[in-house]
Amino acid sequence: MTAGTAEKPTTHRVRAEKKAKAHLSEGKKAERKLGWLLCAPAAIVMLAVTAYPIIYSVWLSFQRFDLKFPDQREFIGLGNYITVLSNQYWWTAFGVTVLITVVTVAVELVLGMGLAWIMFRTLVARGLVRTAALIPYGIVTVVAAFSWKYAWTPDTGYLAKLFTDGAPLTERASSLAIIMLAEIWKTTPFMALLLMAGLALVPDDLLKAASMDGASGWQRFTKVMLPVMKPAILVALLFRTLDAFRVFDNIYVLTAGSNNTSSVSMLAYNNLIRGLNLGIGSTMSVLIFISVAIIAFIFVKLFGTAAPGSSDEGRR
Amino acid sequence: MINVYYAPEENFQKVVDDCNQEAQGKYRIDYQVLPRGADDQRVQMVRRLAAEDDGMDVLGLDVTWTAEFASAKWIKEWTGAEKDEASKGTLEQPLESATYEGKLYAAPKNTNTQLLWYRSDLVPNPPKTWDEMIKMSQDLKSQGKPYEIDTMGAQYEGLVVLYNNMVASDGGKILNDDGNKVEFDDGAVKALATLQKFASAGVTNPSFTNTQEDDARLQFQGGSGAFQLNYPFVWPALQEGAPDLKDKVKWARYPGIDANTPSKVTIGGYNLAVSAYTKHPEESFAAALCLRSPEHQLFSAINDGVPPTIESVYSDPQMDKAYPFKADILAQVKDGANRPITPAYQNVSTVLSATLSPPADIRPEQDAKDLRGSIQDALESKGVLP
Repeated sequence: MTAGTAEKPTTHRVRAEKKAKAHLSEGKKAERKLGWLLCAPAAIVMLAVTAYPIIYSVWLSFQRFDLKFPDQREFIGLGNYITVLSNQYWWTAFGVTVLITVVTVAVELVLGMGLAWIMFRTLVARGLVRTAALIPYGIVTVVAAFSWKYAWTPDTGYLAKLFTDGAPLTERASSLAIIMLAEIWKTTPFMALLLMAGLALVPDDLLKAASMDGASGWQRFTKVMLPVMKPAILVALLFRTLDAFRVFDNIYVLTAGSNNTSSVSMLAYNNLIRGLNLGIGSTMSVLIFISVAIIAFIFVKLFGTAAPGSSDEGRR
Repeated sequence: MINVYYAPEENFQKVVDDCNQEAQGKYRIDYQVLPRGADDQRVQMVRRLAAEDDGMDVLGLDVTWTAEFASAKWIKEWTGAEKDEASKGTLEQPLESATYEGKLYAAPKNTNTQLLWYRSDLVPNPPKTWDEMIKMSQDLKSQGKPYEIDTMGAQYEGLVVLYNNMVASDGGKILNDDGNKVEFDDGAVKALATLQKFASAGVTNPSFTNTQEDDARLQFQGGSGAFQLNYPFVWPALQEGAPDLKDKVKWARYPGIDANTPSKVTIGGYNLAVSAYTKHPEESFAAALCLRSPEHQLFSAINDGVPPTIESVYSDPQMDKAYPFKADILAQVKDGANRPITPAYQNVSTVLSATLSPPADIRPEQDAKDLRGSIQDALESKGVLP
């Protein structure tokens, strides 16, 4: 959400900073040292609350550890990984998760771009339009999911009879479609917000110059706006992909994972919290962690996504 | 101060107040209401017990959790005079559900069982077996009359209960007697076929595969059903919610598999256990005993509709009005079936409901083979829960 403000240094400042970077003065060095000192406590706390649980769950994933059978705890090496990775439920859930991620992020990108354009270009009631567009994102997911659930349930719902006579949430294909719809409905505004920040990056002069040169609307969009917006688009895609991969609440409420609609997070919850199987559950958490890390790696290293503010221009 | 964590029950607070008065200051019970869904109740207690929370004293456990909580060493064993009082006059099946490895871990508070509710204006004589009932329903359907058999078919515990009723009525077994090995004999395989046949006979509600207890009640009350397999709570609801139906609906014993063998129906209900981390064990046992005493079981039966676990309560005349069907309930509970008793029941149930759902797609031989593997895995905490 800060992408726009953080990446909007004026050209003068950029030049000044580049000069300063070349030979750091004594004052700058001291300032930098103070900076490190000031953020050290925060960094240490972050390590304690994130690194410790991660290491502990890796440690748990190497054990047979079921709270129901406390006496039978033992170290079993990669046994849990073999169990999970050779299990059809895991791969079904993995497939569902990937499907939901790819479809929702793709649709959200297109819709989000449109919404961002509307929010950006609105002349009348700009504040109202922007607020209205953000409402779905502001509603607590579980609450929204419940209203979707009732809407799609026969007797109580106004949508249930839309396509079939049956109950759409009892069929796998329609359940998945409804889950994806709920996800898209909810997070498109977030995508739009990030993209709107990107739109703000496109200088008006550039567009005017392009149209003077005779570029059509489509050409201005693909040849001028998209390249300038690329960092913002990639950040938006990265955030949403990571987020979508961890999809949980909508599935939990809408189908609770029945008819093979579980995502990997849902599966981990079922095994860890409901099944009390710390070994298998932690194994799944670690596997989700690895998947998320791979996605982040691909975006950052291969596509060159940069976190907002971390581009060379923004660095001091 | 004794914290009792118990499922929502409308008039339970009155029982609590009553016990507080009887205790004369020895203890004071505080009723902490758990969430409505059984899964949510269990998750809340389990998470706190795993953290050795000493703020919980008496726990209301669904009958299927007692073994799990006992195995995890989260609840105290009942011994001595308290054990005697908890088991005196208590029906055998509910007591068995509170027992793990020969030791008593809870005091049965109430039991439950499903009956067959039917429209006497459509069906003069209730069916005795599933085959008969399906046939009757199909006949009604061809005559254009209400025909549905409304019961629970969503992928959850209710579906496992439906299946367990069929297994038990056929004398089948899912686990061995010790609850540590999968058995899944012919009876269990045959029950798979019965369930499949029922689900695909065109006699269920269109929402069958998404139906839970209250959905089934509403479907039947809506008038499309000729039969309903459900707990006694449907009776008071029917009296209030469907005045044009209430005089037409009668009850009978749950259908069986074989016409000459009475059905065996899964019993439900709640047991009261004492947390292993309580700071007041003595008072907790006393409080639990008070909450499930005969007079309080009678009160709860009349006011909240939950069937008692103490046999003598059934003969109280006050039961006649609230429970016109009490003889059938008592007979079914006495002859009832427990779900497999194992600490890993939750896992076994999850695996079962996933394989059984949707019931119309069951392939008996193939699914039996899969289940033998996945249930054994679940028992050894090797399995992945769907």
